[in-house]
Amino acid sequence: MAETVAVRPEGSREPGGFAYEERPRLLEGLRAYGLIVAMWVRSTMAYRASFVMTTFGNLAVTAFDFLTIVLMFTHVDALGGYTLPEIALLYGVSATAFGLCDLLLGSMERLGRRVRDGTLDTLLVRPVPVLAQVAADRFALRRIGRILQGLAVLGYALVTLDIAWTPLKVAMLPVMVISGAAVFGAVFVFGAAFQFVAQDASQVQSAFTYGGATLLQYPPTIFAKDLVRGVTFVVPLAFVSWLPTLYVLDREYPLDLPQWVAFLPPVVAVAFGALAGLAWRAALRTYRSTGS
Amino acid sequence: MRLYAVVAAGGFRRYATYRTATAAGVFTNTVFGFILAYTYIALWDARPQLGGYDMSQALAYVWIGQGLLAACAMMGGGFEDELMERIRTGDIAVDLYRPADLQLWWLAGDLGRAAFQLMGRGVVPMLAGALAFDIALPGSAWIWPAFLLSVLLGIVVSFAVRFLVALTAFWLLDGAGATQMAWLLGLFFSGMLLPLPLFPGLLGEVARVLPWSSLLQIPADVYLGKYTGWGLVEAYAFQGAWAVALLLAGRLLQSVATRRVVVQGG
Repeated sequence: MAETVAVRPEGSREPGGFAYEERPRLLEGLRAYGLIVAMWVRSTMAYRASFVMTTFGNLAVTAFDFLTIVLMFTHVDALGGYTLPEIALLYGVSATAFGLCDLLLGSMERLGRRVRDGTLDTLLVRPVPVLAQVAADRFALRRIGRILQGLAVLGYALVTLDIAWTPLKVAMLPVMVISGAAVFGAVFVFGAAFQFVAQDASQVQSAFTYGGATLLQYPPTIFAKDLVRGVTFVVPLAFVSWLPTLYVLDREYPLDLPQWVAFLPPVVAVAFGALAGLAWRAALRTYRSTGS
Repeated sequence: MRLYAVVAAGGFRRYATYRTATAAGVFTNTVFGFILAYTYIALWDARPQLGGYDMSQALAYVWIGQGLLAACAMMGGGFEDELMERIRTGDIAVDLYRPADLQLWWLAGDLGRAAFQLMGRGVVPMLAGALAFDIALPGSAWIWPAFLLSVLLGIVVSFAVRFLVALTAFWLLDGAGATQMAWLLGLFFSGMLLPLPLFPGLLGEVARVLPWSSLLQIPADVYLGKYTGWGLVEAYAFQGAWAVALLLAGRLLQSVATRRVVVQGG
């Protein structure tokens, strides 16, 4: 249980005093996150066979998505004007970015339950940022399976695609995966903030996280313009994979966007993340315990 | 009989309590319905009449799938987690003492749950789909009751499978892996990800005779008017046979399992 975390750092100056008050909040949060995650990883590793099986299971779950796309391509040569390797690239980037985010922040879905049953109170009284605790709560290393599957599809795409590589395109790959994960991360934080208000509406969050990841696995050409506008300007998921990937593929952008938008993902990730942080703070302030 | 009716009503009421969760579920089903519908449009644009469906039938298929997802518990979320927990903790011993049949008890509760979810999470996504897309509607009024009967049989098959999965907890204790495998297979072989007629060759043939085709593929085909006359009777017989076979298998496993129940004292 999270209640047993040793939060007091070694070398604390005063006995009983907490040293992190002197550290910047962000660092303090990251450190706490790391400690809690390490604890959950240790407890996971106590049952190694179970870990291997559940990781494999997680990999298999997401593999069925891609299998579905492969089955579609037994009937057609192109979907929305895109070939299978091209869709595999879109899929691989989106799945890896989402997998990364799901590994780091996926546990935040449980927040609604904690608000309902009042166990969130335990997190509030600890001298550790609540966001870090919620994010690390029951950290599930098995979610690494999703990342492995995403990377496998990405690998397949890179091997089969005939891309005129430039240094910029090469650099784009890690940048978009990492900033894509950050964009998804912001969606998770927004979702968690929303759960303070809605409590048992974690499914709404899934619509944006899992739904968004599914959406991005297909090319933008198949979706209605308004939907594409929505995921570009409202919930900026298009910056996770569509826009940067289309640059790598030398494809036209949706909505006649200019070429430079492909380089925006890191900026969008930071800006959207900051907004999510504000929403989280506002939501946390509205929290009233159930008292139970 | 009265007892089971009460249990079913309880199952219905229990899920009816979570209004926000239901609304959230409807929202998610609708979002996924939209995403899936656009991929199907792209697919059927490239290959009209794919799998014997025209575009409006394919779109109807998408929204029937979203409407039945919760009712048929294709991604889990029924009674099985609770039953497994009771087996793991030993509370099952109390259930076995009750003057009620274990399997029928849980079936009644699950039917109540499914009835609520068919109304709460089924109708709205289908309406949303019908408003936003040009989806095929049944050719005649008798198709609606025929469709609902097929859905009911599908729900019983779904229950029977999940009951078997839950009983594995007697041996495995932690049933998370078994549950995950079960809903994974269910999602794929029910035709939720892609209609079964689109599965190639042997995979398609195997998928059609597995029990999961009763969950979505057959009800959807009944809705789309693919079965008439004796064909419809055969479709029901297929679903019914799986339901009976799996329920019997559940009984058998249950009697084997309960003979080896060891209640950990406390």
